[in-house]
Amino acid sequence: MVLGTYKEVVTARSTDKEIQKIAQDGGIVSALFCYALEEKLIDGAVVAGPGKDFWKPEPMVAQTADEILAAAGTKYTFSPNVLMLKKAVRQYGLEKVGTVAIPCQTMGIRKMQSYPFGVRFLADKIALVTGIFCMENFPFASLQTFISEKMGVSPELVEKMDIGKGKFWVHTADDVLSIPLKETHGYEQSGCKVCLDYVAELADVSTGSVGSPDGWSTVFTRTDAGETVFKAAVEAGVIETKPVDTGKFGLEILTKLATQKKEKAMKEIDRRKSMGLPVPYKASSEKEDPLANV
Amino acid sequence: MLARIKQFLGIGAKPKEVPKEEVEKVAEEKAKPRIGYVHLSGCTGDIMSLSENYDILAELLTNMVDIVYGQTLADVWEMPEMDLVLVEGSVCLQDEHSVKELKEAREKAGLVVAFGSCAATGCFTRYSRGGQQARPDHESFVPIADLVKVDCAIPGCPPSPEIIAKTVVAVINGDMDYLQPMIDLAGYTEACGCDLQYKVVNQALCIGCGTCAMACQTRALTMTDGRPELTSARCVKCGICYVQCPRSWWPADRIKQDLGL
Ligand SMILES: Cc1cc2nc3c(=O)[nH]c(=O)nc-3n(C[C@H](O)[C@H](O)[C@H](O)COP(=O)(O)OP(=O)(O)OC[C@H]3O[C@@H](n4cnc5c(N)ncnc54)[C@H](O)[C@@H]3O)c2cc1C
Ligand code: SF4
Ligand code: SF4
Ligand code: SF4
Repeated sequence: MVLGTYKEVVTARSTDKEIQKIAQDGGIVSALFCYALEEKLIDGAVVAGPGKDFWKPEPMVAQTADEILAAAGTKYTFSPNVLMLKKAVRQYGLEKVGTVAIPCQTMGIRKMQSYPFGVRFLADKIALVTGIFCMENFPFASLQTFISEKMGVSPELVEKMDIGKGKFWVHTADDVLSIPLKETHGYEQSGCKVCLDYVAELADVSTGSVGSPDGWSTVFTRTDAGETVFKAAVEAGVIETKPVDTGKFGLEILTKLATQKKEKAMKEIDRRKSMGLPVPYKASSEKEDPLANV
Repeated sequence: MLARIKQFLGIGAKPKEVPKEEVEKVAEEKAKPRIGYVHLSGCTGDIMSLSENYDILAELLTNMVDIVYGQTLADVWEMPEMDLVLVEGSVCLQDEHSVKELKEAREKAGLVVAFGSCAATGCFTRYSRGGQQARPDHESFVPIADLVKVDCAIPGCPPSPEIIAKTVVAVINGDMDYLQPMIDLAGYTEACGCDLQYKVVNQALCIGCGTCAMACQTRALTMTDGRPELTSARCVKCGICYVQCPRSWWPADRIKQDLGL
């Protein structure tokens, strides 16, 4: 099952016009956190907030809707969100913490919850893990290369970055520029090459753009907790849904991309293992489902 | 090793999700496991952490196990035969009493558990260079696995009350899958924050998640450009950063089970 275990998959977006305007896709991450804050299901959320340099995010603990919205939008470089979870509890005194997490961050969080060797009184305070799909991530210097060198734009003019339709896009106030994705190849971080999770298989709710039309998101509800929050948000009218397209531009493309990512990663895992390098995952010969995230 | 643990637990195959009543029934019927606690060179933090599990501890201590040896825990001088011994603290090579007690514990216990990072990795006692009162000759402190065979390790400075509770539940349920990483960790005796650089970043595995920096209890780690950066003067060599890193070992099945996925 390359899309992980889930209860339901839908196409959805925030009904809030402001969120629609600033969010990356359907604004699901921001809308869910704002709703959960409002309803006191969480008392804060770790998000990728603005940092000192343009487009170089810093994890931050958001406790108001404004702070959530200030962190909306995708930054294609590292935001070590997991680091902030402990601060959210110890320094901010939160009891119910939400966090946005790319799949590998979800793995760090879930491992800590199942095996909290040196981490006390945190595991049960994680109330909502909103996972986002992820094909790869880039060191900040790679982003600089794409934007400044390859597209000749200065980073402070960039209003949005996006990956889609085979291209890396940059939006400025009056321009939309792109480079083909193959020009970004070789600039990804190496750790991504053995990553077997595209759709945040271990999150409570996971969301991404692939599989839904522009301005909308594809959403999987996975755990009981995730299902409860998402359904409540839909019922409250802060998120609207429609059936997901099961065809070529819907679940088919999502399944295809997830499968490709996993197949490529399995090849790399096998290659590294054959060289005697350490990888925490099993070789394809050691597992029943060669595409499982084990 | 596995066979010995199974024998200790009195199981052939691993039972699934045993309901609480049944566990209690089995616990009543079976002879209670005899547990010992050996305190070597550690700060007592590990047993303090254990005792934070008030809710399960009462049941555990009164009905499920017999504490048969341990300073402050049992009024005995002679070390008896034990099913399992928890060892807290590293062992000082110049202290013949510690060395003798550890060796004796190995002989008399079916299972030896390195409990806490001092026993497992040496932790901050790794920095000792002797020359201090009252015993300037006490210089060399090593993880207990340097002297005796260790069956499983529960690192942490100290281990969290939660991991202790989870381990106890796993032991009672005979849940070998849960214990396996701890059996594997018995071999991880030379730990340092720099393991992240050697074993994760240098091996093309780091993904900048920040779990290591979250887990470090001494704030020896920060994240710089998406990679862990170590302030070595703050590092106590507990090994927790590497143990918690999602790229060191990956308990996929357990996580899915815990999440109901
Ligand atoms: C590195 C990366 C790669 C991605 N690759 C894909 C892909 O291949 N296919 C796909 O469908 N979707 C991908 N996404 C997800 C997509 O870009 C959107 O983030 C997602 O659809 C959520 O959009 P939204 O409108 O619901 O969220 P918004 O309401 O806009 O909120 C986005 C949230 O993500 C957080 N965030 C932004 N950057 C990061 C980061 N680097 N690390 C952690 N959190 C961050 C923000 O703080 C914010 O809370 C990727 C995201 C990232 C960060
Ligand atoms: S591809 Fe995997 S490892 Fe890389 S950033 Fe995305 S989730 Fe993390
Ligand atoms: S925990 Fe995350 S950031 Fe730290 S070394 Fe491991 S992969 Fe890298
Ligand atoms: S960096 Fe922190 S967690 Fe890692 S070994 Fe040192 S003290 Fe322990």
